[in-house]
Amino acid sequence: MEIVFLTFILVLSIFLGFELISKVPATLHTPLMSGANAISGITLAGAFLSAGLVDDSLAKYLGTAAVTFATINVVGGYLVTDRMLAMFKSKKGGV
Amino acid sequence: MDIHILANLSYIVSAALFIFGLKQLGSPATARRGNLLSSLAMLIAVIAGLTAEGIVDFKLIGMGILIGTIIGALAARLIAMTSMPEMVALFNGSGGAASLLVGWAALYGADVSVFAAVTIIIAILIGGITLTGSLVAYGKLSEIVGSGAVVFSGQRIVNSLILIGLVYAGYMLSMDPNPESVWFWIVLGLSLLLGIMAVIPIGGADMPVVISLLNSYSGIAACAAGFAINNNILIVAGALVGASGIILTNIMCKAMNRSLANVLFSGFGAVKQAKSVEGEVKPISPQDAYYILEAASNVCIVPGYGMAVAQAQHVVKELGELLEKNGAEVSYAIHPVAGRMPGHMNVLLAEADVPYEQLVEMDEINPRIENVDVAIVIGANDVVNPSAREDEGSPIYGMPIINVDQARTVFVLKRSMASGFSGVDNPLFFCENTRMLFGDAKESISAVITEFS
Repeated sequence: MEIVFLTFILVLSIFLGFELISKVPATLHTPLMSGANAISGITLAGAFLSAGLVDDSLAKYLGTAAVTFATINVVGGYLVTDRMLAMFKSKKGGV
Repeated sequence: MDIHILANLSYIVSAALFIFGLKQLGSPATARRGNLLSSLAMLIAVIAGLTAEGIVDFKLIGMGILIGTIIGALAARLIAMTSMPEMVALFNGSGGAASLLVGWAALYGADVSVFAAVTIIIAILIGGITLTGSLVAYGKLSEIVGSGAVVFSGQRIVNSLILIGLVYAGYMLSMDPNPESVWFWIVLGLSLLLGIMAVIPIGGADMPVVISLLNSYSGIAACAAGFAINNNILIVAGALVGASGIILTNIMCKAMNRSLANVLFSGFGAVKQAKSVEGEVKPISPQDAYYILEAASNVCIVPGYGMAVAQAQHVVKELGELLEKNGAEVSYAIHPVAGRMPGHMNVLLAEADVPYEQLVEMDEINPRIENVDVAIVIGANDVVNPSAREDEGSPIYGMPIINVDQARTVFVLKRSMASGFSGVDNPLFFCENTRMLFGDAKESISAVITEFS
């Protein structure tokens, strides 16, 4: 049942994603991409599971490496997107 | 309340915020707030993730977050806007690596079911492809390795063999999901190899497609990792990213009038052109360019990758301002695949403080291009090549272009007469109304600007 439930979420999310993103204008494609990139760092939430294990297996260190990579993705992605978006200015001044 | 339920409720809030954030990314006016909302969503998801069962040791997690934050923040702060495509490629790769590692670590879990094993293998596979593919893309974009397409005979056979090997090894591994198994190493190795093989045949000008596609993969990998560890926020967020990457990939392919398969599997530029272009180019001096520009009332600037290379966006904007002061209407026409990633030119011009209202898309400028007095082409080539419209034998035939040749006068700023990335001659240079301004784009424009003062 769990599998069906997860697949259900997956399918709805894909449709939602298509609807949301197809409305983004070409001007914002680069920030969209780096912003989406930051979101893909959500793997972080999954990486904790392995990194926080009590035993000392290899899995723990793999998880820690995953946490590091995903954090780079999240922090770097959001910061660089914000930096880019801050540059987009309207003619009237301000954003 | 059960902490597990609480975590899942937080995931709902987080998912809603992700969606709302992406929606706000749809307009330049709200985009920054959207990004902020999305990062808030991430924060909530991360905190909820920390409460998951089985986490008892926060030392290594803290260390990983600290190192990742330092690297990510420094990279985001220090990178030059012109190097954004390389940066995004590296970030994609790091997302792929994370998914791969999560999948790998999940193999150590007690009694992995066949279904879980399959999703783990998919996470490793796509994560691995994303990792090495992005590294190769990074190498090509930063020109550490040659940016041309690497094609050798039998490439498809080799790739097919790798794929067959992957499917077989993946099947064997899913029957006996065990990280010690030799099949695991084969899956890992072949996935990494496939990433390299998939990107080397793709040339520099097709990079926007590759980056979009790898972006999509990094989302799909996160999705697969979500299935592997039964986490729904990973699935939702991963699917959103996957969809966004696929849409961008599709837009890029359409803008080049090529199918995705054509971009991925055939190196560009190997095709012989049917018609060779003959004629005489007419060079122009910055001073004469100034006289024409001074009289112009409608100027359209068409930037390409060459503007990024010459770092000319600031002088371009300066010229645009001078022209406006002179009473001309100035717009910047941007082809969807100009530059090395989707929206590359827009970001550079935004960096130079060009208001986003002045940035127009190809479909918007083409119907009124005949009213443009002067079209200034800066470092663009294939996206303004009339062969795409007229010469059926041309490899880029059918690709939608900005019809600058129909403007009253065209200035082409160019370093030399070399052809563009596709290796196709450009008849635009020989048009009756075309004037060539040879030299470094930045210096040429500066020279014109000096004439104005």
